[in-house]
Amino acid sequence: MKNVIGVINLGKPHSMLDDLTRNRSIASVPFGGRYRLIDFTLSNMANTGISKVAVFTLNKSRSLMDHLGSGKEWQLDRKIGGLFVLPPAIEFPTQEYKGDLQNFHGHIDYFNRSKEEYVIVCRSHMICNVNYAEALQFHIDSEADITMLYNRVDPDTVDLSNCYQVEVDEHQRVRGMSSDFDTGNVYMETFIINKSLLVELIEQCAENEQYDLTESLLIQNINNVSVHAFQHQGHLSIINCTTSYYNQSMRLLDPEVWKGLFFQPGLVYTKIKDEPPTKYIETADVRNSLIANGCIVQGQVENSILFRGVKVAKGAVIRNSIIMQECEIGADAVVENMILDKEVCIKRGQSLIGNATEPVVINKRSTI
Amino acid sequence: MQRKEIIAMLLAGGEGRRLGALTQKLAKPAVPFGGKYRIIDFTLSNCSNSGIDTVGVLTQYQPLILNSYLGIGTSWDLDRANGGVTVLPPYVQQKGGNWYKGTANAIFQNMFYIERYNPQYVLVISGDHIYKMDYDKMLDEHKKRGAEATIALIEVPWQEASRFGVMNVDGADRITEFEEKPKNPKTNLASMGIYIFNWDVLKSYLVRDDENPYSSNDFGKDIIPRMLQEERDLYAHRFQGYWKDVGTIESLWEANMDLLEAYPTLNLHDNEWRIYSVNPNQPPQYIAPYASVKQSLVNEGCMVFGNVDHSVLFYGVHVGEKSMIKDSIIMPNVRIGQNVKIYKTIIAEGTVIGDNCTIGVEGEHAPITLIGEDSFIPANAKIKN
Repeated sequence: MKNVIGVINLGKPHSMLDDLTRNRSIASVPFGGRYRLIDFTLSNMANTGISKVAVFTLNKSRSLMDHLGSGKEWQLDRKIGGLFVLPPAIEFPTQEYKGDLQNFHGHIDYFNRSKEEYVIVCRSHMICNVNYAEALQFHIDSEADITMLYNRVDPDTVDLSNCYQVEVDEHQRVRGMSSDFDTGNVYMETFIINKSLLVELIEQCAENEQYDLTESLLIQNINNVSVHAFQHQGHLSIINCTTSYYNQSMRLLDPEVWKGLFFQPGLVYTKIKDEPPTKYIETADVRNSLIANGCIVQGQVENSILFRGVKVAKGAVIRNSIIMQECEIGADAVVENMILDKEVCIKRGQSLIGNATEPVVINKRSTI
Repeated sequence: MQRKEIIAMLLAGGEGRRLGALTQKLAKPAVPFGGKYRIIDFTLSNCSNSGIDTVGVLTQYQPLILNSYLGIGTSWDLDRANGGVTVLPPYVQQKGGNWYKGTANAIFQNMFYIERYNPQYVLVISGDHIYKMDYDKMLDEHKKRGAEATIALIEVPWQEASRFGVMNVDGADRITEFEEKPKNPKTNLASMGIYIFNWDVLKSYLVRDDENPYSSNDFGKDIIPRMLQEERDLYAHRFQGYWKDVGTIESLWEANMDLLEAYPTLNLHDNEWRIYSVNPNQPPQYIAPYASVKQSLVNEGCMVFGNVDHSVLFYGVHVGEKSMIKDSIIMPNVRIGQNVKIYKTIIAEGTVIGDNCTIGVEGEHAPITLIGEDSFIPANAKIKN
């Protein structure tokens, strides 16, 4: 895959996860017991063999930068290619940020200087395990200018608000794309494009002062260039609000989803923490849960997800909850229908019971 | 090459014959331990946590798995431009070559490696012990006393003392006497096989030892007795804490079971002294609705549908419904079918066990059953040691 550049576009502002994105970008929201959302896209690229990846960032990037490091977890600490983090190239404070495409335009040299022929552009809130090689082959074989990835989803299990859906004809050509459609074909915010065309379209949009990548670069050009659609068959989780974050997390408790998302076709890589295996004490009672390494469990855990290094004391009960890294649940405490951000400490005997349909988020490092 | 104050020489060539099927394809230091680690992780992590950034790893027996596991030392933060991990197998020189004849000979044959760093001190350790130790404290003591060699000692139960090299010390902890595996030990201070030497002193002894055709070229049998005989300044560094030689199936099993205590002496959940290893990058473990896991260590990538009691599960282990695992060690990627019963058994990597099998013998004094790597046990089988 030396002919492809991976681009992860985080330049579109959204604050869809409220408390969970108060101090971090959506890309670095913790997910699935040990990952950050961006791990899935990065791992897909790594498993496809892409060794040159650009991450276009916007703001609140401290935790993201800390997580990415040199990119070695995704084999991106390379002499040839490697990881490029590209924050907005705007004049502060005189210039205003107008959209993700402005960010692409500001770094147009990155594309101009690259020899690669193709670019895969992704975002980070659509969680799937995919090898892009097949989609790229489809793109080349069908002589498309742009190939969009889409997934057929069941609207009952996935919240489709804020999503674009595509209309695809029998030749797999995209005939239309809108957030108002109801075709069941969800655009995965991932497309493959020939680099020369990408540069041309970025310049064109900038001239017309259009700065939204999906609206200006894709939707406006559906009838001008040949846009094809490639269907991804595997599991897709769309994270677009706190409720969907919670629901999509809970779907991981289905062993088929667990296997599909974490193993097929490749593994998901994340920053290593060197935690020991999880320890279950005599009094532990764990059912239908996902438990990451480094935990010490003495209490009861049911239908829940424990991130790395969580401590559950004797007599504590955790139900239907997501407990992030390094949280401590005191003896005899009860936590139900909650999302605890990192390093939250629940004192002995406390009871936190949230709403089953709208889980409550407890902010990072709180003590209750 | 920039000069180093201290470098470590890690002896990792041991065959570990008493570990039977576990060491058929790997050297003893590469044997899996504690649900996640290989034995050598403990000494490598000790080096890293003690601020030692140059480690020569002496390999000889079945080095492939060990070599590829070590890589360039990244997992232990030992991928350094100057120093880091260097694998040192025996090699052929102009005058011919030899296998490593003994622990001292292995160091002797790699004097060129040591000289490149021109160190003041050399730490000699072996890759088949489980313990956490700050070598920097030992070095401080060595320097303060102006010692020529310092040997780490641990008090062992009197009845076990005859299995070790034991030492007599005077009031200032100066070593006065050393006996290798004595029938009637005079002391219960056992050598842990951890030595710090002044390099110039060690070098002269290694050269003389090599010239002696009757020497077995071993630290415990030759170098240390000779230094004592010549009244060199040998001191003891007393160690308190967990230390175990996991050279036999029994001791390997025991050391794993020790970790299952509510408050084990060897605490793996210690952020101040992490044990590093190569991480398999697997998702969090899944514990099913009707599963039960108690008094156990379970690593990532496991799927548990059955009962796990007082056992250690490495990564990627699959335990089927209504199966029961007790007092056992299940190594990576073992798949256990439904309705299987496993008692006091060590199952090596990659083994597949069919439905309705019974493996091992129940009971506190029952013998340990061992199933080798990549075995296939068909359904309904009954296997015991």
